[in-house]
Amino acid sequence: MKISNQQTLPVPRDDAWRALNDTAILQACIPGCESLVCTGVDSYELVVLAAIGPVKARFKGKLALSNKLPPESYELQFEGQGGVAGHGKGQAAVRLEPTADQQTVLHYAATATVGGKIAQIGQRLVDMAAQRMAADFFRNFNEQLQPAPAPQADPEASRPASLWARLTGKPAPDEAAP
Amino acid sequence: MAHAALVLSPYAHARIRSIDTAQALAAPGVLAVLTGQDARAEGLGGMPPLFMPEDMGGPKGHRTYRPLLATDRARCVGDRVAFVVAETPAQARDAAELVEVDYEPLDAVASLEDAMRADAPLVWDEAPGNRCCMVMYGDAVATDAAFASAPHVTRLKLQNNRLSANSIEPRGAIGLWNEADEQYTLHTSSQNPHGARSMLCSHVFKVPETTMRVISPDVGGGFGMKADAYPEDGLVLWASRRCGGRPVKWIPTRSESLATDNHGRDQLVEAEMALDRAGRILGVRARSAHAFGAYVVSAAVAPLNFAIRFIPSVYDVPAFHGVNVGVFTHTSPTGPYRGAGRPEAAYVMERLLDQAANELGLEPAAIRERNFIRPEQMPYATHTGFVYDSGDFGALLDRCLDLSDEAGLAARKADSRSRGLLRGRGIGLFIEQGGIFNDQMSLRFDPGGTVTIVAGTHSHGQGHATVFAQLVSEWLGVPFETVRYVQGDTDKVPFGRGTYAARSSMIGGCALRMAADRIIEQALPVAARMTGNEPAGMSFDRGIYTGANGKQVTLAEVARAHFIKAGPMAQLGAGLQATGTWNTDPPNFPNGCHICEVEIDPETGHVHIDRYSAVDDIGRALNPMICKGQIQGGVAQGIGQALHEHLVYDRESGQLVTGSFMDYGMPRADDLPSFDLRFAKVPCTTNPLGVKAVGEAGTIGAPPAVMNAVLDALRPLGIHHLDMPATPLKVWTAIREASDMARTHER
Repeated sequence: MKISNQQTLPVPRDDAWRALNDTAILQACIPGCESLVCTGVDSYELVVLAAIGPVKARFKGKLALSNKLPPESYELQFEGQGGVAGHGKGQAAVRLEPTADQQTVLHYAATATVGGKIAQIGQRLVDMAAQRMAADFFRNFNEQLQPAPAPQADPEASRPASLWARLTGKPAPDEAAP
Repeated sequence: MAHAALVLSPYAHARIRSIDTAQALAAPGVLAVLTGQDARAEGLGGMPPLFMPEDMGGPKGHRTYRPLLATDRARCVGDRVAFVVAETPAQARDAAELVEVDYEPLDAVASLEDAMRADAPLVWDEAPGNRCCMVMYGDAVATDAAFASAPHVTRLKLQNNRLSANSIEPRGAIGLWNEADEQYTLHTSSQNPHGARSMLCSHVFKVPETTMRVISPDVGGGFGMKADAYPEDGLVLWASRRCGGRPVKWIPTRSESLATDNHGRDQLVEAEMALDRAGRILGVRARSAHAFGAYVVSAAVAPLNFAIRFIPSVYDVPAFHGVNVGVFTHTSPTGPYRGAGRPEAAYVMERLLDQAANELGLEPAAIRERNFIRPEQMPYATHTGFVYDSGDFGALLDRCLDLSDEAGLAARKADSRSRGLLRGRGIGLFIEQGGIFNDQMSLRFDPGGTVTIVAGTHSHGQGHATVFAQLVSEWLGVPFETVRYVQGDTDKVPFGRGTYAARSSMIGGCALRMAADRIIEQALPVAARMTGNEPAGMSFDRGIYTGANGKQVTLAEVARAHFIKAGPMAQLGAGLQATGTWNTDPPNFPNGCHICEVEIDPETGHVHIDRYSAVDDIGRALNPMICKGQIQGGVAQGIGQALHEHLVYDRESGQLVTGSFMDYGMPRADDLPSFDLRFAKVPCTTNPLGVKAVGEAGTIGAPPAVMNAVLDALRPLGIHHLDMPATPLKVWTAIREASDMARTHER
């Protein structure tokens, strides 16, 4: 199975590189990731709850980064065991390309093989599941990288009005500015 | 009832370092978790193949003993590793996920080509080069000489795709251990309950056969895949014993069936045909390899053998030499599947003939006509040890050409062309062996004068209850509706070998004939007594005995008299029953000609079967409707092999990638035309019923007919070879590559 795609990120390349090496951000972005622990230099252990077609299983896996050329590219190897559901392993190459001042394009190309029950449930299901997981990851990653909202003149204006305020047209007592 | 789930190896090849069952055992509802080490500790044995070439005088091979559960090495994806028993099926499956197996993955070989390489990882350390065994037929020296002086040689390398039988009713088993009388009872989905009992008692449990009852009623399809016992048959019995005699049930999912059923075919063959310029065959040579998978199971050697022995087919081949090697691969085992070697053999010969005809500028029908064994050559001895008793192959071809409307072919081709489609016509002839091994059938009358057939053969879709009752009704003059048919239970049937290899019409039918003759003979003294005659002058016709004095009595009346409790009649004995036996020496040789016409859409590569005609010589047709049904089903499966079905293991990882019907293409109703089927009833001369087998004809005749049609349509584009299955992707790719090549040449 091969997946390759690209994703435009709204941050400079250095920021994108930092985020890609931040375990908290990665854990938040990997779909179904229950834990991600750094076990050494550029190596991690993770637990992912994944559903592929009718097979739902908790995969315990290892992830290692190699050939790092900060802030431009690296490769990662991964493998996971899901008990009777089967297993998977693969590698991916990631490259960051600055395209504008506040913009970086992330290119990725991954190959993966799966074994056991998940290999038998249907190649189309597996391909679809893998593509969906990749898409989910980058959507989450993109969200994590969105710049914090710029400070505004009236912070209250951006706050949604409370039910009290909408009913009475006045700020609720506890909403009054300090 | 307790329920069981399997833990299957997810690796094609792995060392099993340890199995931790603690978590699974602690799961809700779990009664037992069985492993290979437990089986070894309790002295349970493994299952050997039914026979090897060495048992028939061939060279010695490597005989495997497949354990109920793998102990230290898993040798294919789907190798059984643990068996979990729980209160409910869901609990068993949930707990199976908690069995922690520590695998050390090892290099695997899934394809025949890779397995035969010198540096290939070994499936069995005891089998160097992954060679299991080999068979050889013919005369190498004479054949080499024929090739050396031949003006033309045609060569082909063919792959016969691995298939799954996919019976509608999957395998499944319920095991019961009764402590009180120390009896095992197995309910299973088998073609051969007595064979399953022998395997389990002799090799697995090592107990007398009197301690086991195996019950397999008219199950939903077998196709050879259910011909012998599987590990699960032993596992449910062992599990029941471990669970204090609770019945234990195992039912696979369809994906588990695809992974763990014995597969069919999987052959790679290099074949050559030497001819003179006129298209007369001078010699045929074949070097072939058959993938056995991880274990030699069941009658895996039967396809190995027949795939070579039937290559000369219906043709007068002056010199022949064929070798077939059984090769271990890290895949599920292969065994006999409907046709068992004959489809492989017919495919080789019919593809060679079409290729040779094309190279020599002959019509496919003409090259065949030039080479047929003629009726006046019968009985005809082949170089592979068969003696064909009868058959008129030229007449089959002529009749089938007429049936296929050969006269209208040119107009149909033109019509297809006008619609942008490619039309091709393919011919496939074959001959095969019907009947294997001996067997017995019994007839048992009851005090009411009605009769029960107790069958050693086994019907699982073949309609034996109808056919055998018809025969008995005809022979003994008893009403068809009152004949009872009993099969598939080792406690009800004294002995039997079940049904496979198209054996039942001849072996079962003739054994039944012998039983009926014995009944007529045995009842004769009573009939004579009842009519006041001497036995010597009695005659029997259509159920009625007639004496010299003209008095008559029916067999039913005579049968009732056999049950009179006391008095003069009782002196002649009590009860009326008889057993007949028959054996396969000599077998019968069904043969046929199948003609298929396809239309191919070059834009999509889709192959549409437009018409399908077949004339099959099945000798005397015992029940034409059932015979026709057998041919129809077989043709559908044969078309499945040619166009749709392929069981695929990933070449690198050995993973099964067609583990569901999403990836394994089954033929559907709209893939098939209405078949035009006829019978040529050339009676078999070597059995009293004159029958030839019918069960395998379709799966043998269809693949070459369909593939020759596909290639006939594609040859004008420069495409001379395709392997099965001719899926739209494969055909489309071949068309694209051919047109790219043509463009390159133009430049």
